[in-house]
Amino acid sequence: MHNLTIAELVKGLQSKEFSSTELTQHFLDRILSLNPAYNAVITITAENALKAAAVADKRLAAGNAPALCGVPILHKDIFCTRDVRTSCGSKMLDNFIPPYNATVVENFERDGVVVLGKTNMDEFAMGSSNETSFYGAVINPWAADCVPGGSSGGSAAAIAARLAPGATATDTGGSIRQPAALCGITGLKPTYGRVSRWGMIAFASSLDQGGPMARTAEDCALLLHSMAGFDEKDSTCIDHEVPDYSATLGNSISGLRIGVPKEYFSEGLDVGTEQAVRVALAALEAQGAELIEISLPNTGLSVPAYYVIAPAEASANLSRFDGVKYGYRCEDPKDLQDLYSRTRAEGFGEEVQRRILIGTYCLSAGYYDAYYGKAQQVRQLIKQDFTSAFKEIDVIMGPTCPSPAFKFGSKGDDPVAMYLEDIYTIATNLAGLPGMSVPCGMVDDKPVGLQIIGNYFDEALMLNIAHQYQQTTDWHNAVPKGIL
Amino acid sequence: MSSWETVIGLEVHVQLATKTKIFSGASTTFGAEPNTQACAIDLAMPGTLPVLNKQAVHYAVMFGLAIDAEIAKESAFERKNYFYPDLPKGYQTTQLEKPIVGRGNVEIQLADGRTKNVRIHHAHLEEDAGKSLHEGDFRHGVSGIDLNRAGTPLIEIVSEPDMSNAEEAIAFAKKLHSIVTSIGICDGEMSQGSMRFDVNVSVRLTGAAELGTRTETKNLNSFKFMEECIAKEVERQIDLIEDGGTVLQETRLYNGETKVARSMRSKEEANDYRYFPCPDLLPVILTDETIEELRRNLPELPDARQARFVAQYGLSDYDAGILANDSAMAAYFEVATAKSGSAKLVANWTIGELAARLNSEDISIVKSPVTAEQLAGLITRIVDNSISGKMAKEVFEGIWDGEGNADEIIEMRDLKQVSDSSALEQMVAEVLASNQAMVDDYINTDEAKRKKKLGGFMGQIMKASKGQANPQQVNQILAKKLNELL
Repeated sequence: MHNLTIAELVKGLQSKEFSSTELTQHFLDRILSLNPAYNAVITITAENALKAAAVADKRLAAGNAPALCGVPILHKDIFCTRDVRTSCGSKMLDNFIPPYNATVVENFERDGVVVLGKTNMDEFAMGSSNETSFYGAVINPWAADCVPGGSSGGSAAAIAARLAPGATATDTGGSIRQPAALCGITGLKPTYGRVSRWGMIAFASSLDQGGPMARTAEDCALLLHSMAGFDEKDSTCIDHEVPDYSATLGNSISGLRIGVPKEYFSEGLDVGTEQAVRVALAALEAQGAELIEISLPNTGLSVPAYYVIAPAEASANLSRFDGVKYGYRCEDPKDLQDLYSRTRAEGFGEEVQRRILIGTYCLSAGYYDAYYGKAQQVRQLIKQDFTSAFKEIDVIMGPTCPSPAFKFGSKGDDPVAMYLEDIYTIATNLAGLPGMSVPCGMVDDKPVGLQIIGNYFDEALMLNIAHQYQQTTDWHNAVPKGIL
Repeated sequence: MSSWETVIGLEVHVQLATKTKIFSGASTTFGAEPNTQACAIDLAMPGTLPVLNKQAVHYAVMFGLAIDAEIAKESAFERKNYFYPDLPKGYQTTQLEKPIVGRGNVEIQLADGRTKNVRIHHAHLEEDAGKSLHEGDFRHGVSGIDLNRAGTPLIEIVSEPDMSNAEEAIAFAKKLHSIVTSIGICDGEMSQGSMRFDVNVSVRLTGAAELGTRTETKNLNSFKFMEECIAKEVERQIDLIEDGGTVLQETRLYNGETKVARSMRSKEEANDYRYFPCPDLLPVILTDETIEELRRNLPELPDARQARFVAQYGLSDYDAGILANDSAMAAYFEVATAKSGSAKLVANWTIGELAARLNSEDISIVKSPVTAEQLAGLITRIVDNSISGKMAKEVFEGIWDGEGNADEIIEMRDLKQVSDSSALEQMVAEVLASNQAMVDDYINTDEAKRKKKLGGFMGQIMKASKGQANPQQVNQILAKKLNELL
């Protein structure tokens, strides 16, 4: 059952080939036996899952159950789950049990989706390798000595290892797409405002966006349909109709104009990765799409702008973790100052502290204009790059990241090298555009991702393109060695 | 001795009378058990997000319209970052670059009859913090946090430094109180912190071009404390400079109970608040239609009400001013006048007896033990001569003590004034008959001095009637009867 896609599981459940309880038990068993090798899942909610599965089975028996009813998934541990620990990968929230659900969690619950547990992640979603998690690194199922990417590395690895057919994830600068690429699965970061951020622990509020991860575009379409939609609890959520993403997957992509930005194929891009992406583009061309070289001239500014804006917002977003109300508190504080400084020094990991300090610095009196003010201007330029590009083309494509999965510790001493992992993904967050990663090849037995960037609210088109690509290619069906 | 002048500017925090908080659905009711009116958003639980309370925005706009200010079609929220246990998010969501209310004007009246314009620099929307409860309020050696107040909507009104003494500052503060309560955006309960004043004070030699270094005394919540604090601060600054010292720019606190002011922090210790636009909230966009609708529905302002009271009820400017500037008192006055038909008597009683009693017992007029209807009942009985003015005071006391309304008390205590002329004539005749010596004395006195002697008879008659005789009538009857004897 674990090799079936969500679309196939839906069929099996609706036709009573197997029950949600059987399916849930199967994945729980897999998680219990296999997860220790990957460390992808940090909380297993077996009891809740089996209860939810039993309810789903009743709904399925009664008929008229929503499509996803009874399908088990995992939630990234950034989404608040009522009465279930939500740690955000941090010691700071190791003891935090929210009394509320994130809207995304609520939406899946409404549709009868079963939650198997919570996935590992970089602490507060700050990282591209999953090495910053308080719960230890996640192992890439394709190569035990390599990172799965981050920050949604737990979700990506769990899907690659067939511990769940799908999972939620979040993307602030590439945290859905980069791990999806490194783990050989499909992931979609929707348009900013498409999915509610309520109950999703904030890293950089103007960039954060939740989205689905699964093995196929078809599965992502099903998951996104359930998660997306207007939520009055999130003022930045946009009231825009949620289309039936599955309905348009079969559309022909003949005549599609694909923009290929030359800046995404410049120095720093691994040769094998470039080759795989070029082959994928050729395959789409063969289906009738047109490749048009474009320029996004301010691409090079996206990483520096991002590493001002994201830490600035994070420095304020993470101020609430002060040891006063919930979460970690240092032992025997001498006074208020001591409570604050030791709680935060002991509760946050190194990367989180680094970004809080960067953000605090960028917003300080005398530096604001030079850093935060300038970065906001750059952000406008990057948005304009995309706006003018989308006048000529329908989607933009290129590599998701510069190279396949890298070895543990290989970028640990050099934050800037790590930050460059997101060079192709960050610009879409700054612009608020949707982006997607689809498996498109292998380099050294490790997966490579093709990135699809769409115009605002063009998720249906992106899923359609990815699905058409997956109809003629097999990369999304590849199974890591040792996984049966 | 040099001559000094004082420069004062105010920053006023006004709690808006919305049912729920500015960014959450939690109640804003004052006085609940600690932390029972704080939801996940107010507690800054991870993943929670603010949603702006539309009513708070409308109230802020109403204030802007009341002071004839520019209303920003687009305003925006920013985060003001600092750590404090009663600030759950570690930042206050407020407005800095784009406040909702721009420049405006408030006219104040001074005791000598002059008026003065105080310019408003701007007013912005923000959230209140919670409260830290330290020893004394709380268990020994432990500090507590009460987040009930966290997220209560505020407008902060920032004046220009246009006031030059405590009188002007108090007049300005009272005028703001009058405006915000008149338009119904604040309950005006100062003792509950509904309005709090930060006072910026500096002094300079008379005629000097440059402003002196200012200090800011924070969180004064009574006009009396404000007055005391300004007086002390002006004196302190002048003494300091005259002794060769310099005033330091600092934030100060004034304890109204102990009358002691102290420095809280110097400019050097001030936080760098690292303001930046709040990414969780969209800019606040106001359409012309919304602004015009709020303008059309804006309740009567104190100045307009004062003019109306003069024109409609024939009150003096002074009385009209006192009544009109307190919207609760104005409402009380209008209800009692409508029921009794005697505006001037109602005004006298409201400003006089009632205000004095409320003041001495520190009760707000909305909670007055004597309702407007009850005062009207009392005044009706004064007008129809059922009771004398002296009796009326006794009846008022009875109503205040909860013994019933005027008619019940008059009945119960048998206070009804005797105005029946035959009864009075008999009463006068009896008194004259039993005081022959006084009558003789009256007759034998010079005509010029007779008038004085009348008082003696009056006293006897009032005593005999237990004060219930109508004095005007008695006077007439007495004069008539005595003249007959001449």
